[in-house]
Amino acid sequence: MNRVSPWQVAAFLLPALLIYTVFSALPLIDTLRLGFYVTDDSGARHFAGLANFHTLLTDPQWSAGFWNAMANNLKFFLIHMAAQNPIGLLLAALLSLRGVKGAAAYRTVLFLPTLLSVVIIGFVWQLILSPLWGVAENLLGWFGLQDWFQPWLGEEGSALTTLSLVSVWQFVGIPMMLIYAALIAIPEEIVEAAVVDGASPWRVFWSIRLPLILPTLGLVTILTFVANFNAFDLVYAVKGAVAGPNYSTDILGTFFYRTFFGYQSQVGSPTMGAAVATLMFLVILAGVGLYFYVVQRRLQRYTF
Amino acid sequence: MKALPCVARPVLLASALVLGCAAQAGTLTIESWRVDDKSLWEDEIIPAFQRKHPGITVKFAPTAPTEYDSSLTARVTAGTAGDLIACRAFDVSLNLYKKGQLEKLDGKPGMEHFPDSAKVAWQTDDGRDTYCMPMASVIHGFFYNKKIFNELKLKPPATEQEFLKTLEAIKAAGKYTPLALGTADQWEAHQIVYTGIGPNHWKGEEGRKALLEGKKKLTDPEFVGVWDSMAKWTPYLGKGASSQTYADSQNLFALGRAAIFPAGSWDIAYFRQQGGLDFAAFPPPVTAPGARCHISDHTDIGMGVNSKSKNKEDAYKFLAWLGSQEFADLYTNRVTGFFSLSNHLIAVKDPVAKQMMDWRKSCSSTIRLNAQVMNRGEPNMETEFWNVDSQVLNGKMSPKQAAERMQAGFARWYGPQKK
Repeated sequence: MNRVSPWQVAAFLLPALLIYTVFSALPLIDTLRLGFYVTDDSGARHFAGLANFHTLLTDPQWSAGFWNAMANNLKFFLIHMAAQNPIGLLLAALLSLRGVKGAAAYRTVLFLPTLLSVVIIGFVWQLILSPLWGVAENLLGWFGLQDWFQPWLGEEGSALTTLSLVSVWQFVGIPMMLIYAALIAIPEEIVEAAVVDGASPWRVFWSIRLPLILPTLGLVTILTFVANFNAFDLVYAVKGAVAGPNYSTDILGTFFYRTFFGYQSQVGSPTMGAAVATLMFLVILAGVGLYFYVVQRRLQRYTF
Repeated sequence: MKALPCVARPVLLASALVLGCAAQAGTLTIESWRVDDKSLWEDEIIPAFQRKHPGITVKFAPTAPTEYDSSLTARVTAGTAGDLIACRAFDVSLNLYKKGQLEKLDGKPGMEHFPDSAKVAWQTDDGRDTYCMPMASVIHGFFYNKKIFNELKLKPPATEQEFLKTLEAIKAAGKYTPLALGTADQWEAHQIVYTGIGPNHWKGEEGRKALLEGKKKLTDPEFVGVWDSMAKWTPYLGKGASSQTYADSQNLFALGRAAIFPAGSWDIAYFRQQGGLDFAAFPPPVTAPGARCHISDHTDIGMGVNSKSKNKEDAYKFLAWLGSQEFADLYTNRVTGFFSLSNHLIAVKDPVAKQMMDWRKSCSSTIRLNAQVMNRGEPNMETEFWNVDSQVLNGKMSPKQAAERMQAGFARWYGPQKK
């Protein structure tokens, strides 16, 4: 057995630890600290305890915006959970079937949007869905559905769902690849044994493959959760920081941006913004904590 | 699925700014949001200045308009902002001055060329300190496609009634979208539409000041009336206007598919670049025949000196030149649609720009309704107006609801409106 000296551990961990501390941990702690201050007219900062949080959660003006962003964010996350991950699972299951022709090509094509800049994604989908120049209406027309067409990105009822689905389209490659990797790692003998016992492909999937990839599904869930509650760029690229119409696409990220940096003539407040960021951090922390204590502990990793 | 922690973003942004724009003595750096004018500054304005002041190097370093205020604040606070700072009107730059980040400019050479009315946008509330030199204003009105108007035998409307009749006639002809206007970007619904056509309702400065003094409320007929007019426009907007961006509207009009474009004078330059479009302008229609017209003649851009600049002497030389006839002429005629605020007499060469500038002779000028004081509190009136106005244009909110929501928000933090 190889002995690992403590010096070796330190030497290998140090670079990452250093970078992580300087660029992630310290700014995070400083943000948490900044949330406890207020800025006066002359630009000086004073310690104010929980005043920012109190305003944010009890002042109707602030709390309405905050809870609206929170609710929208939750919806954003649920749509990802309902669409992105099942579709990712389906695609991964199809790709991992034996004898699929051109599996590598499909894999690349499906993963490609993930690599594109969100600005391009936002722009392209805005054009596709545009009632003036877009192709969406004509495409629907081929199926006789042109009457269904609406300016989806502009309507209060559909804008957030549309943006979520655009984001699903962009990122479906990530759960697909993670699940695919887990699926092809399942030893052939187990599957073959099930087939010999007379299990149908359907039964093999539900009783053998799915239970074995549950840890990966859990990982995908928590990755989606963290990414969605940190999301900002797509909404900003398509709808701007006011997240219209009528704040229907406002998520925590855009709410934070408006508060911290300000927007147009609205003057930003770094301290209040830090308070919003702190709450976002707590939400994510709570979600991840819940996942670890409730879900992760019960999942047994399969060992061979 | 990008898992960049939200706190990392400001840090990255700030470090990028520090690396990108370190202030340097010997060179003047100009901060501005006019990304569109970059080549103009580099090819014409700065060389013209350097002919008078050889030896001073000037760099024009613009930031995109929507990011300008936030990134500038970050840079100014970090001490890495440029020597000269383009000032937004009223509160955003007042904030910088209050924090001691802009120099006081009273009595500096060049300032004497500007009337008091032009300086208001960059003065403290008591009018004692001026901290930016006024550069230019923009005027709001409507552009119309001359070819379409000739074809349909229409004349530019003078009153609101005529305006609606014109829209109806264009719609009835069935070939063109009457109004090139969308609400996806929200801002034009306010800055161009509400504060563009509104002054005729609230009698310009009279109504604006009454609102600030607490004598009028946004629920009074002269303010609700504007939303009433806007609500009547809904049927004349293009298909799917709720997801139509400002750029879409510009394209619709430039391609000759829409007849009327609610415009700001800065759009002239854009349509000139597209070429081949024969258009003219008419002022916002008045409410009743023969009524005095009011226009939104908004003091839009000024120039201040960074108090932490290492090169103030040259910065003041540049400002003095900014107040000169030469600059006024250059800016008005090269940055088409921005009108110099100085007292110098300037011949405007572009016909549409001249048309719009001439409205100043027959109409009373006012600035955007909420530019002064009203954007200070929480809720921020500007963002609220954007939201409410686009809802009214979309037909999702009634004029009465719009007025009540805006008044409630205003009364929440503004003393004179509380009673």
